[in-house]
Amino acid sequence: MLQTLRTYFSDDFDWLPDLVTPHYYPQLAGKLLLHYEIPLDEPHLISALSQNVLIKVSGLEHHFWGFRCRRCGNKEQHLFAEIPHAACGKDCVYCRCCIQMGRVTECEPLYFGSPNVAWPRFENPCAWKGELTFSQQTAADEIRNVIQLGKGEKLIWAVCGAGKTEMLFPGLTEAFSSGKRVCLATPRTDVVRELLPRLKAAFPNVEIEALYGDSPNKQGAAQFLIATTHQLLRFAHAFDVMIIDEIDAFPFHQDPALHYASKRAAKIDSSLIYLTATPRKAQHKRIRNKTLPVVFIPKRFHGHPLPVPKLKLTPSLFHHLKRGKIPPSLLEKIKQQQQSNRQLLIFMPSVKQADQIAEYLRKWKMIVESVHAEDPKRADKVMAFRKKHYPILVTTTILERGVTFPSVDVYVVDAGHSVFDEAALVQIAGRAGRSPDDPYGEVIFFHTGKTNPLLDARESIMKMNRLGEKL
Amino acid sequence: MRCLICHEETIPKITWTNFWSLPEKEVLCIVCRSMFQPLKPGCPLCFREGEKGVCEDCQWWEQTHPGLLAKNTSVFQYNEFAKDFVARWKYRGDYILLEALQWHVVEHFSRMRNSDYIIAPIPLSEERSYERGFNQSEAIIDLLNQRPHSLLERRNSEKQSKKGRYARITSNNPFKLIQSVRQPVMLVDDIYTTGTTVRHAASLLKQAGCPAVTSFTIFR
Ligand SMILES: [Zn+2]
Ligand SMILES: [Zn+2]
Ligand SMILES: [Zn+2]
Ligand SMILES: [Zn+2]
Repeated sequence: MLQTLRTYFSDDFDWLPDLVTPHYYPQLAGKLLLHYEIPLDEPHLISALSQNVLIKVSGLEHHFWGFRCRRCGNKEQHLFAEIPHAACGKDCVYCRCCIQMGRVTECEPLYFGSPNVAWPRFENPCAWKGELTFSQQTAADEIRNVIQLGKGEKLIWAVCGAGKTEMLFPGLTEAFSSGKRVCLATPRTDVVRELLPRLKAAFPNVEIEALYGDSPNKQGAAQFLIATTHQLLRFAHAFDVMIIDEIDAFPFHQDPALHYASKRAAKIDSSLIYLTATPRKAQHKRIRNKTLPVVFIPKRFHGHPLPVPKLKLTPSLFHHLKRGKIPPSLLEKIKQQQQSNRQLLIFMPSVKQADQIAEYLRKWKMIVESVHAEDPKRADKVMAFRKKHYPILVTTTILERGVTFPSVDVYVVDAGHSVFDEAALVQIAGRAGRSPDDPYGEVIFFHTGKTNPLLDARESIMKMNRLGEKL
Repeated sequence: MRCLICHEETIPKITWTNFWSLPEKEVLCIVCRSMFQPLKPGCPLCFREGEKGVCEDCQWWEQTHPGLLAKNTSVFQYNEFAKDFVARWKYRGDYILLEALQWHVVEHFSRMRNSDYIIAPIPLSEERSYERGFNQSEAIIDLLNQRPHSLLERRNSEKQSKKGRYARITSNNPFKLIQSVRQPVMLVDDIYTTGTTVRHAASLLKQAGCPAVTSFTIFR
């Protein structure tokens, strides 16, 4: 009883059997799957079970005080429901929380695959020939140490444009030369898509696979996975090294199921690396309590300071936005900006406004695209903008992070709107001045009255610059 | 109470004045509720919106298969929100989601219900119902608090062919009759799109002596 209470209230994963059967099915290694997700035909499945390559565990815990889903960690009783289940002929409880990934029921087990696959060791896996800056090297050394040690946590707090990906290379080199399995997880699909080609180029011989909602490949069988955090719901004790990029981003930072899954996906002894440019309260607290070791990199890789946003009071903003227009002063500013060599990235609070303003600017003979989360042409439009095929992109917070454009000015219209919290504004400002060829972009927040997030975002950027100067 | 769809806390609104007013418990939040659009009057035979009289499709059906389906009644527009809803309910198998529509669907049903009719579900193959865990039309009948009469069964192959909509009714009937009835029958299903499925079922029932077949579907 005490034991079950303890496991119920902590995320210990005691229910996962200590499974170390060596085998040759990488597509099963460290997986936690529903029956229909198992990539084996029935005879192979039966033999995998009999050889203890796969073990059945129940998917739901049933305590007298309630249920818990072992796949997503859900304990909210209103997120459990009953179904008159054709498979078992009874009224059967299922989890509503993680149902997008297939239904976990009371009567059907989850299948846990032994993580013990011998992954290849590489002598010199890294083909990247670039050089790290002094601050990048400091962080890179710390990351490599944690990976070498085989356990422990490290938060890398690095400003937008610090060159986080490159800092991982020495640690990844260490991991692949000692035959470790690595997962780089991020809440954002765009980031997965952007990272895959860069990491493939850096580690050409290591098997790398991208996993996200509609990724072409869904095997999850590679030594190095680049995945959205949602995909971790299908893993358990799989990875020696778990890197979570953008830990402060939506939906990861506020979804307990994703925290639960990412914790479970790592092995009991594993190295955990978190990356962020804008830590949230929870991380700040752990940093203050000294329970989370942190490396702080306040300087961009090209050595120039972060562009500090200008706050521009625009009192007639709502009046014009309501009519699908922007104030004449802002229009003039945009026209002026278009005389320069930089492209312009405009952030709006909503999809509707982004479309309206794009339409409005087109009336003034400007070449404009707008892009939003559900846009089927999203990836193409972003790519075309990066290649400078058109000068103005109007968007929403979906492009606040992860994507880089070499030379842009950044305007946030109605920056006092609640969708722009401090982290979002810092990330948005961080889109400017990314390239060493043009390290100064102009960032302007157009607002109708200063709000705390506006001031906090500017303050935190200036603080980074002060700290960066000391280096 | 939390919204069945978005899990936000629901705030009961007493001032709500349309036919949604004062359900026993608020299972939907105001936002999700407003996403379901009740159908406006349209084709008298199939409930297609925006028609002034019998729609072209129904005219075609009446010429080629006169009187096969007396009438279809539907409740909500099959809009984007409804599509996501059905996908989550039927394909992901979030069974309880249907309760979100109970109050309105039941009200609609009882307004047109004629007790001479017996209620029959559209069958699923055994394989499909095992996969999904439930049959969608039986779930609706259960929601309506009616007794289902299983009159039909699936033939083996269930894959809807990719032929045009008019070719489908003449192609092989996916159902077979397991019981004939002499009373009028009301078929219940989740969506009416082309009307082919219910007419396949209706043709078997009528051949075996059923005097009239109607259908009740949630979405149109
Ligand atoms: Zn069951
Ligand atoms: Zn769950
Ligand atoms: Zn809702
Ligand atoms: Zn019609």
